[in-house]
Amino acid sequence: MCATCGCSPHLADHGHSLPHGEEHAHSHAAEPIRITRDASSVRLEHDVLARNDHLAGHNRAWLRARGIVALNLVSSPGAGKTTLLERTLRDLAGEIPISVVEGDQETSRDAERIRAAGGRAIQVNTGTGCHLDARMIARAVAALAPPERSVLMIENVGNLVCPALFDLGEHAKVVIASVTEGDDKPLKYPHMFRASEVALLNKTDLLPHVEFALDRWVELARRVRPDIVVIPLSATRGDGLEAWYAWLRARISRGWLEVDRAEGPVS
Amino acid sequence: MHEVGITQEIVAIASERAGTAKVSRVVVEIGRLTAVLPDAVRFCFDLVAEGTPLEGAVLDIVEIEGRGRCLACLSEMILEQPFGRCTCGATEFEWLAGEELRIREMEVR
Repeated sequence: MCATCGCSPHLADHGHSLPHGEEHAHSHAAEPIRITRDASSVRLEHDVLARNDHLAGHNRAWLRARGIVALNLVSSPGAGKTTLLERTLRDLAGEIPISVVEGDQETSRDAERIRAAGGRAIQVNTGTGCHLDARMIARAVAALAPPERSVLMIENVGNLVCPALFDLGEHAKVVIASVTEGDDKPLKYPHMFRASEVALLNKTDLLPHVEFALDRWVELARRVRPDIVVIPLSATRGDGLEAWYAWLRARISRGWLEVDRAEGPVS
Repeated sequence: MHEVGITQEIVAIASERAGTAKVSRVVVEIGRLTAVLPDAVRFCFDLVAEGTPLEGAVLDIVEIEGRGRCLACLSEMILEQPFGRCTCGATEFEWLAGEELRIREMEVR
């Protein structure tokens, strides 16, 4: 149906006898909608998140071309994302250049913590928003200007549901859980565990004090995503961090290899 | 929580396509394996649609069942959650349906 006048060539008796032609006062060339089923129904078949996915695609291409390996860090609030980042920045200083996008509903406390730990950081406040989206990352990356062949850590808003849905253009999602949250979280928040390439289990130094079956947590995480990489660690005490750094180095090498391949041998 | 944003996106996409027409009904497919709650989308739809071509429109949500094919024995099964275990014991699936989050169609007048 014509969106401008509401007429339809499919209806003989609609009180508007003119066929679509030169007698029509307005042009249909730019008609924004298309009839496919009947007089008034417009088939759209439009992905609701198409706009975000499109922007995420741009982010991904931009990051990959520069060998910037982007990781989307997701967790519930208080799992220890910022503490882990501070520790990672200090331990890998001089080895891997790391920039950080800090997502929080309010305050710039986390970005200040990262800067104090020697990292480049930009704070994104989402206000009432419960997740970062691709547009926020595009803006943040433009302002942060991470160097080529570096790592971009995107610390998402503490939330185990919404960020699973929004692609930011990252290379991988990293879910961070902690032993104080209970060992059944992989089944309670399956979308997040399914979307994540690696699951870090933080605060293992507290294991003697809490009811938490490590084996069960690992089993449940693998039930949701059989190939998930599981790394138990303590960001405060340092246990398990070498395994995290080893995964990180391997992931970075893969990202940098892609750039080398794309550039190809000089002939 | 994110359903407000999802609903805004639905209204924005449909409004853009509607142009100057008024939308009387919009049909949205939501797969059971997405992390989107149909009730939460319904709850905020009227408010989000206010002042747009979708104001007063009926929101029809078609929920789509989750279906997967076992990668080990190739049998198909219904998935109630975004994970599962096949009768053969395997836990890896190719997801066939249930991840939809799509505006199927709309009616304009």
